Amino acid sequence: MTSAIDTISSGPRPRGNRHAALLQRQGVVLALVLLIVFGAVRYDDFLGLYNVMSVLRYNAMFALVALGMGFVIMTGGIDLSVGATAALASVVSAGLSDVGLGAGLAAGIAAGLGVGLVNGLAISRARLPAFVTTLATMLGARGLALLISGNQSVSVSWDTSFTDLGGGDFLGFPIPAWIAGVAFVLGSVLLNLTGFGRAVLAIGGNEEAARLMGLPVARVKLLVYVLTGGLAGLAGVILAAQFGAGQPTEGQGWELFAIAAVVVGGTLLTGGMGSVGFTLAGTLLLGLIFNILNFENGKGDFTLSAYWQSVIRGAFLLLVVLLQNRLARRPS
Amino acid sequence: MTDDILLSMSGIAKSFSGVAALKEASLTVARGEVLALIGQNGAGKSTLIKVLTGAVALDRGSIRFDGRPVAFRTPQEAQAGGIATIYQEINLVPLRSVAENIFLGREPRRWGLIDWRRMHAQAAALLAQFDVSIDVRQPLHRFNTATQQMVAIARALDQQARLVVMDEPTSSLDDREVAVLFGVIRQLKARGIGVIFVSHRLDELYAVCDRVTIMRDGMTVADQPMASIGKLELVAAMLGRSLEEVKRFGATAFDEDFAPRPHKVLEVAGLKSAPRVAGVDLDVRAGEIVGLAGLLGSGRTETARAIFGADRPQGGTIRVDGAAAGFRSSRDAIRAGIGFCSEDRKTEGIVPDMSVRDNLTLALLPQLTRRGVIDQARQREIVDRLIKRLGIRLASSEQKIRELSGGNQQKVLLARWLCLQPKLLILDEPTRGIDVAAKAEIQALIRELARDGLGVLMISSELEELTEGCHRVSVLRDGRSVAAFDHDAASEHAIMNAMAHGLAPTGEESRAGA
Amino acid sequence: MQELEIVASRRRLRLAMPRGGPLGGVVLALAILLLFNLVATPHFISLQTLYVNLTQVTTIVIVAVGMTMVIATGGIDLSVGSLMAIAGALAPLIFAGRLLGIGPGPFADVLAFFVPVLVAMAFGSFNGWLVARFRIQPIVATLVLFIAGRGIAQVMTNGNLQAFHNASFHALGLGRVLGVPIQVWLMAVVVGLAAWAIRRTLYGRQLLAIGGNEAAARLAGLPVARITILVYAVSGLLSGIAGLIVIAINSSSDANLVGLGMELDAIAAVAVGGTALTGGRASIIGTLLGALIIQLLRYTLLSHGVPDAAALVVKAAVILAAVYLQQVGRAP
Repeated sequence: MTSAIDTISSGPRPRGNRHAALLQRQGVVLALVLLIVFGAVRYDDFLGLYNVMSVLRYNAMFALVALGMGFVIMTGGIDLSVGATAALASVVSAGLSDVGLGAGLAAGIAAGLGVGLVNGLAISRARLPAFVTTLATMLGARGLALLISGNQSVSVSWDTSFTDLGGGDFLGFPIPAWIAGVAFVLGSVLLNLTGFGRAVLAIGGNEEAARLMGLPVARVKLLVYVLTGGLAGLAGVILAAQFGAGQPTEGQGWELFAIAAVVVGGTLLTGGMGSVGFTLAGTLLLGLIFNILNFENGKGDFTLSAYWQSVIRGAFLLLVVLLQNRLARRPS
Repeated sequence: MTDDILLSMSGIAKSFSGVAALKEASLTVARGEVLALIGQNGAGKSTLIKVLTGAVALDRGSIRFDGRPVAFRTPQEAQAGGIATIYQEINLVPLRSVAENIFLGREPRRWGLIDWRRMHAQAAALLAQFDVSIDVRQPLHRFNTATQQMVAIARALDQQARLVVMDEPTSSLDDREVAVLFGVIRQLKARGIGVIFVSHRLDELYAVCDRVTIMRDGMTVADQPMASIGKLELVAAMLGRSLEEVKRFGATAFDEDFAPRPHKVLEVAGLKSAPRVAGVDLDVRAGEIVGLAGLLGSGRTETARAIFGADRPQGGTIRVDGAAAGFRSSRDAIRAGIGFCSEDRKTEGIVPDMSVRDNLTLALLPQLTRRGVIDQARQREIVDRLIKRLGIRLASSEQKIRELSGGNQQKVLLARWLCLQPKLLILDEPTRGIDVAAKAEIQALIRELARDGLGVLMISSELEELTEGCHRVSVLRDGRSVAAFDHDAASEHAIMNAMAHGLAPTGEESRAGA
Repeated sequence: MQELEIVASRRRLRLAMPRGGPLGGVVLALAILLLFNLVATPHFISLQTLYVNLTQVTTIVIVAVGMTMVIATGGIDLSVGSLMAIAGALAPLIFAGRLLGIGPGPFADVLAFFVPVLVAMAFGSFNGWLVARFRIQPIVATLVLFIAGRGIAQVMTNGNLQAFHNASFHALGLGRVLGVPIQVWLMAVVVGLAAWAIRRTLYGRQLLAIGGNEAAARLAGLPVARITILVYAVSGLLSGIAGLIVIAINSSSDANLVGLGMELDAIAAVAVGGTALTGGRASIIGTLLGALIIQLLRYTLLSHGVPDAAALVVKAAVILAAVYLQQVGRAP
């Protein structure tokens, strides 16, 4: 009897060794650190205040979209509409920016929540497949953005403080970075310290079991898409504030880059496992690749066009996916 | 009725689209009692459990639990009412931690947020009650099945379950893990919790259960203390034979004289294939029907899959037509002249949305193809010939196969292999879930094929099929070959004896539980 | 109670669905659209109208045919647009003699047609290899080339627009045979071949079997991995052809734009055409009709003064409705 218990309590089965698992989880952080060290050593101004701040400022909206995408993917779903939603929100918020910062912000977020609500209802209540549903709402949101804006970018008002949302600083840090930072902290609390967060992961891990355990599966799924829509809306507000205009044609391909960032951050695409912090690291990693290419070209030893960034991003995604596949063969 | 009765179900009936799955089923469990619930496939035990746990609504009958009449509408309600079910496929979330799996939906909070420290401590304390000490922060899938079951049980107990239903909990455990599980069951018993234990491993029932309820054809046919019933009686009751009947009837002779040829198409020795097959020996000659008997979980299907190359065996030798065969995939086996009809027509047999014609020729198609293009005339000719020969009833060969009855679907799947003119056909429960008339047709067909020289390895749970339809019967028990009978010696009694005790027939019936 | 109502309403809906198989609804929708235009759109019956609509739909149809096959195996191919860009970038490099060193001339033109298509096919096989060999979900496996593929095209051309004058490609884009544009002939050939292949070839039957029940297909000895790779290769090949048509029409190749968003148009055509996204079924004609419906819808709206943007919103609604009806029609 005792010996049998020993075998059970001897713990994890040797299903892929632990170092490998650790590498997989922390790999993105390691890669990020290596990339930063590489940049710092090779380029003079890489860690300069200006570069750090502009990287943070520029990547904030991608980070927000990736955060939402991370939640959706953890439930085992997908949201292709985030880029178009951000474009819609940028147009709406720019249009209301002359009323004030608050009005512009609220309008943009509300537009995002609206698209998210449509997604959530179709997926959780009508049980349509997430892929096609969000594909359709992506077209719909893009169409609305173009309709509202009359196919043109919508200038934001410079009379209100709206543009601070893109270009302003607070305590020496860019405001978009603050917004993204707060969103990630809240997202992390939501995922790790609330029943909702645990339910998100449980549903992605085994929806049937989650239902049998009495979790409100439909409600959690609905909320996740609404949340993601809201975050995409927020990203759209920042986009408008940063560019000085609502951009109805921006945001194309954001959804797939967000998926890439989430996957690079170690979140399983099949759902059930994921981390808010690593998603942030994944976003920064993909963003820094672009930044480093700029520096490399500035240095002038040899020139790599900016187009290499997508090739490198793709290669990176491939590497991560193959590694994930090797190390984390999902238990069946 | 005394206060000791925890659960009583009586007069339970349930039909699915006109077909009765349960009629007059009953069951009682006392507090602190471990009840064995057994029966063949389709006997109705899983439906009975589903009725109890609210997964399926009953048509008739009453359920009293803990002194009150109950009618749970969903598994969640049953859970809240104190009935927990530990499913065979463990219904937890593998990627999440042990602690999370215990407390999902009821996490301990502090200021509204999850208190991880308390959650981990409570989870560890809960598991410690079963002498299981593991790192509860690790994801569940890192632990073996036995531990995962402990976690499911711990979750149930923390939700104040008073009855725990275990559906084949030991089917994927090794001996030591089974011992641990039994330790836990005894603890549940000591706390006055009732347990319903579904298993096909007879030894286990005797080791841990107090009473046994046997089901057959949707009815409860026996309910008695475990100690008062022998293994053979148990098997006889399960299969629907009285002991006298079993003893009286010997094997019937083959009505026609057709003898297998000396040539061996299949020789298997010492076959091992994790997790169920631990040493199987058998051979099949041309023109011979060899039955493969054994209780559920004895490794019959797994043996078939290993021979067919669908699973990769770990040890032993397989020879086909005298040549050593190490099939790496089903393709190799098919090329060597083997066909395999899976027991699960729906998930491993038919391609539901394709026509009968395409389903029938699925494996043959490459041979009907010239430069990638299907020779439809030949295809139609072959399909029509087989439809006629096998008596498949359908409106048109263009019909989708899912529209056909079970028996006709099975004939199409048989035809899928026959058109390849195989040397050996492996049939896993070829007549399960098929109506009586079609069943007889399929059995006759199998004989006819054997007479033409085909070797057949037939897995079956039906004694008649084994004693009357096979030249020889090989019996598996816990993944090992334990006995083989020639047709004359293959009486129902002898086969059941081997299935129950794992003994070759010695003439004397050994008393169970000894 | 609620359940009962849902069941009842499903019954009603199913009765309301036109008879005549899965294509019935699609044909009906197309017929209604045509009828509406006959009555309400001036100058609708003219060859001009026909060719405008057909030329705008050819590339979508060609790509969607490959997508239909991929979806029939239970997969998806997001990389089609990027593969179009690669093929589109390669061709001008080749016939201008800048890549293979073969000077301008008929031979270079032939190479300029075949090499890009074969390259796209090779990339497609790579997708299939990831899916079949590593069991990576198709959406991620093809996301790699979605991201990297366009980058490769941009790197090859340095992101520059390649304008060209090439008689052969000019013919492909604007030439006519028997009064019908060459590309429309090409589309007809692709659709005809694919519909025939699905029905009459080993490849077609086997890919449907894999999508319909992979376990059964494996046990019946089908070469599941080989077929899967082949299906993605065909999707790549068709994308390559579509890429060449696009640059031929424009007489220029812009790696940033060729095939942008094509994956979504193609998936939409497949979904509207009635091929279930769960696999096991493929209706090439349905996909053709689906693409025509989306195109005609857009044309109708445009010719009645509804802006293109609103057409997007309508397209979104049509996709959602189509998927919803499929769902209802399939439910037991």
